[in-house]
Amino acid sequence: MRPRHYLRVDWRAGLSLVGTLLAFLSIAFVVPIVVALVYGGDDLWVFVVSMVLTAGFGLALRRFDPEPSPGAREAFFVVAFTWLFAALFGAVPYLLAGNGTIAHPVNALFESMSGFTTTGATVMEDISFETHSRPIMMWRQLTQWLGGMGIIVLAVAILSQMAVGGAQLMKAEVPGPGISKLTPHIAETARVLWIAYAGFTVLLMVLLYTLHLLGFAPNMDLYNAVAHGFTTLPTGGFSPEARSIEAFSPVVQWLIIPFMFIAGVNFVLWWHVISGDPWAVLRDTEFRFYLGAVTVFSLLGTIFLFFDASLQTTETGQIGGNLERSLRYAAFQIASLTNSTGYANMDFDAWGNTAKALLLFVMFLGGSTGSTGGGIKILRWLVILKSLRREIFTTIHPDAVRPVRMNGKTLNEDAIRGIYAFTLLYLVLFFVGFLLLAADTSRATAFDPHTLDLLTASIATLGNIGPGFGVVGPMGGYNGFPMSSKLLMILYMWIGRLEIFPVLVLLTAAYWRS
Amino acid sequence: MEVPMRVIIVGAGEVGRSIAGNLASSDDVIVIDRDERVVEELTYSHDVLAIHGDGTTIDTLREADIERADLVIACTDSDESNVVICGSARTATDAFTIARVRRRTLLETWEGSQGGFGVDFMVCTDLLTAQTIFRISGLPAAQDVDSFIGGLVQMAEFEIGADSPIADQTVREADRYDSLTFAAIFRGEDMLVAKGETVIRPGDYIVVIGSDDSVTDFADDITPSTAVDGDEIVIVGASEIGYQAAREFESHGYHPRLVEQDDDRARAVAADLPNTTVLKSDATDIEFLEREHINEADIVISSLGSDEKNLLVSLLARRLGVDRTVAVIENLEYAELFETVGVDVAVNPREETAEEVVRFTRTNRTEKVAMLEHDRAEVIEIEAKIDSEITGQRIQDSMADFPEGVVIGAISRGGELVTPRGTTVVKPSDHLVVFVDSNALDEVLEGI
Repeated sequence: MRPRHYLRVDWRAGLSLVGTLLAFLSIAFVVPIVVALVYGGDDLWVFVVSMVLTAGFGLALRRFDPEPSPGAREAFFVVAFTWLFAALFGAVPYLLAGNGTIAHPVNALFESMSGFTTTGATVMEDISFETHSRPIMMWRQLTQWLGGMGIIVLAVAILSQMAVGGAQLMKAEVPGPGISKLTPHIAETARVLWIAYAGFTVLLMVLLYTLHLLGFAPNMDLYNAVAHGFTTLPTGGFSPEARSIEAFSPVVQWLIIPFMFIAGVNFVLWWHVISGDPWAVLRDTEFRFYLGAVTVFSLLGTIFLFFDASLQTTETGQIGGNLERSLRYAAFQIASLTNSTGYANMDFDAWGNTAKALLLFVMFLGGSTGSTGGGIKILRWLVILKSLRREIFTTIHPDAVRPVRMNGKTLNEDAIRGIYAFTLLYLVLFFVGFLLLAADTSRATAFDPHTLDLLTASIATLGNIGPGFGVVGPMGGYNGFPMSSKLLMILYMWIGRLEIFPVLVLLTAAYWRS
Repeated sequence: MEVPMRVIIVGAGEVGRSIAGNLASSDDVIVIDRDERVVEELTYSHDVLAIHGDGTTIDTLREADIERADLVIACTDSDESNVVICGSARTATDAFTIARVRRRTLLETWEGSQGGFGVDFMVCTDLLTAQTIFRISGLPAAQDVDSFIGGLVQMAEFEIGADSPIADQTVREADRYDSLTFAAIFRGEDMLVAKGETVIRPGDYIVVIGSDDSVTDFADDITPSTAVDGDEIVIVGASEIGYQAAREFESHGYHPRLVEQDDDRARAVAADLPNTTVLKSDATDIEFLEREHINEADIVISSLGSDEKNLLVSLLARRLGVDRTVAVIENLEYAELFETVGVDVAVNPREETAEEVVRFTRTNRTEKVAMLEHDRAEVIEIEAKIDSEITGQRIQDSMADFPEGVVIGAISRGGELVTPRGTTVVKPSDHLVVFVDSNALDEVLEGI
C-alpha cells in the first residue's frame, strides 16, 4: 500500500469510506421489504425509497475519493460518521411512514439512534400495530441487531477492501479496550464474531417459536420470535409489545434470561466454545466475574422482592412471598440491566427502594469486553478493583512491586491508566448529562420528572440501557422530554455506543489540525 | 488462487515488518515480538495476528499454533536468537525455517553442516548487502539493479540528472535500444507507467528492463560524464559489510582500497584480503584523503558503523570530487533523506534481507522478486502457465484486462530474449519479467 502523507485528517478518504459502508448498509432494507411483502405490502414503498436514498447517498459520498486509503487517524472519523449516518438514514422509514410520534424528525432520529446503539429507549407513544405497521416495527428491531455486533465488524467480515485498516476501525467500534484478533486476517476474526452472534440469534428465534408451537407461549408467534431474536443478542431491548417481555408467558421469560446473559459475554469466548473448547469461558477472569456478579445480584434481588410483602401489580399478581416470581423478576431484571439490554418482564418501577437501588447499581456495570453490551464494562471494573487492591497493598508495603494481572498476563500501566481515564470520563459525562437534563426539563411546565428519573435517563442513554425509573420506566418512554433534551440524549447514545473517545476526539481542534 | 501459507515471523523489526506487510495480503501471517507496544501497534497497522512473547520458547511458538505453520521466519536482531528460534520450531513442526543472520561465519558453518541448527535456509544480511553494493557499483547512476532469468535480463533504476541527454525527451525519443523496455517512472509521490508520449523530466527515476548489454549501453548514454570503470574503488570502514564488499570486489577481479581506523581490525582484514590495499586511518581526516588521492576514486562506499558517519564520509568524498558515493544506511527513514542531500545510493541491509526472504517465500509462484522505491513497485519473474489469462494472447490485448501499473519488461523463450512489443504473443512456459505496482500485485499473481 502506498503511503500517503497527509498533514491533516484526510476527510475525503474518510467520507468516501463512510459512503461505502452506508451503501453496504442499505442492503439491510431488504428485510423490512420482505416483511412488507409478507404482510400485504404495508409501507413497502417506504423501505424501497429508503433503500434507494441510502444507497444513493452512500455512492455519492464515494465520489470524494474513488480510492480511499484512510489511516489510523481517519478511523475515528469513519466510525463516528458511519454510525451517525446509519442513524440518520435509519430514521428515514419512520419519517416516510409518518405514523405516531416518530413522524417528527427529532423523534425519528431518537428512535433510530436508540435502535442502532442498542439502547432501547423509545419515544413511541403508542407501541402497537394499530399505529405502526409490521414492517416498521421489524425495522426498529433490525436496527438493534445490526448495531449489536457492529456495522463495521460486519463490513470488515464481508468487504475485502476493509482488510487493511479494518482492525483499526473495529477497535473504535467494538466495546471494550482493544480487540483480540483470533486469526491472522482481521476479516476472518470479524466473520467468526458475526457467525457466533448470528448463530445464537437464530437459536433463540427457533427456541422461542418452538415454545409457541408446543403451546407454552401463545402470543410468541413467528413475527414475535424473530423480532425478539433480533433484540436479545445485541442487548437491545426494543419489543413490538408495549409491555415488553411481560406480555409473554413465564417460560419465555425464563428462556430469555440465559440468552441475555450470553449477549453480555465476550463473543470471542463463545467462538472458542463453538470450536470445541467449552472450558474457555470458565478460564476467563472477566466471564467468572460477570457470572458471579449476575448471580449474586440476582439472589440479592430475589431476597429483596421476596420479603417485600406489599409488592404486587395488576399484571403480575402477588410477588412478595412467591419464590418463583421473586426469582424470575429479579434474575430477569438484573440480567437485563447489567449488560444494558433493557427488557422488562414487569414494571420494575413498582419495586421497593432497596431493590431499585440495586438495579441502579448494576446499570453502571455493563457487559463484557467484546460483547454487545454497553456501559463501563466488567473488565474495566475488574482492573480498577485489582489496581485499588494493589494501592492498599503498597500502602502497607511501600516497596512492593505488584503488577496487575488479567487472565495470567500482566497489564501494562498505560492500559490501566487508560481504563481509569475512561471510567472517570464516563462518570463525569453521566453527571453532566443529568445536570443538563435537569436544567432543560425544568423549562417545560407540563413535564415534571423526579430527580431519580433524570438520573436514570442520563445513565440509560449513555450506557445504552434504555429504560430507567419513573417517567422513563420500562412501561413509560422518553417522549415527554423537550426536543433539546432528546437531541442531547441522541448524542449520549451515540458516544456511549462508541465508548466516548472516537466521537470526543472529533470535537477537539487538535484532531483536525496538522 | 494459491492456498495461503501459514507463516510465523519472529521479530517485528524493520525486516520482520517488511516481510509481514508483503505476505499479509496473500498468506496467513502471525508475528511474534517481545515488545508489547510493537505488538499492539502491529495488530492495527497490518492484517496479521501479532503475539506478544519470546519466540525462542516453545510455549510462545505453540501459542502461535506452530504445529500448523508452513514457514517460520526468524528475523530478530540477534543471530543467536534466530538460530535458536529455528531450532525450537524444529522440535514442534516440519515447517520450513528461515533464519536471518548478520555474521558470515554462521552462514559458512551452516552451509558446511548441511541444514544444521534446524535451519532450512539462512540469509546473511551482511553478505547480501555486500553483493548489492557490488551490483550497484557496476552500473553508473543506477539506484537499483537486479538480474533475472540467469542473468539474461537486467532490471535497473536510474536517476535522470538535468544534464542527462534524455532529459525532457519523450520515452519514444529516448528508446533507441533494441532490447530495452521502459517500464515506469517514479516522479516524487507518483508512479507513471512509461508510455511512448511520456516525457522524461530531470529528477525522475526511470525503471528499465532489458538485456544485459542494452541496460549497460543505456546507463552509459544517460550519464554525460565518462563512465566508471570501477577501477578505483574505495571502501570506508571495515565493518562486516565493508569487509564482505571488499571480498566481492576482489572475487570479481578488482583491487579495492579499504580504509579502517582500528589497528587490530585493519590488520585482521588485511590478512584475509590479499588483493585489497588496507589503509589504517580516520576517513574523515581531510589530509589523509588528499594524500591518498581519494578524489580520484570512481566510487566511494561508506560502510562505517553509524549512519551519520557514513553520510559525513559520502559528503566529504563528494566535495573532493568523487563521482559516485554509496552509503550503508541502517535506518530506513534516513535512506531517502540521505539520497536527497548527496549520497548517490543508500543501501539498507534490512531492506535487502526482507527482499531476499520474500523472494524465497514466493518461489512457488514467482521465481524472483525485486522491490523498488521501498516497495512501491516490484519487478517479478514469472512463468506463463498454459491456462493463464495472458497465454496465447497479444500483449496489448491481455494488458487491457490488468490494472494500470503492470508492464511486461522482457520475455525469455527457450533461453532467448524476446523484447515484448504490443503485438508479441505470449506462449506457454515463457518466462516473463514483469514490472508491477505493489497495489496490483495480487491481481497479477492470480492472472498470470
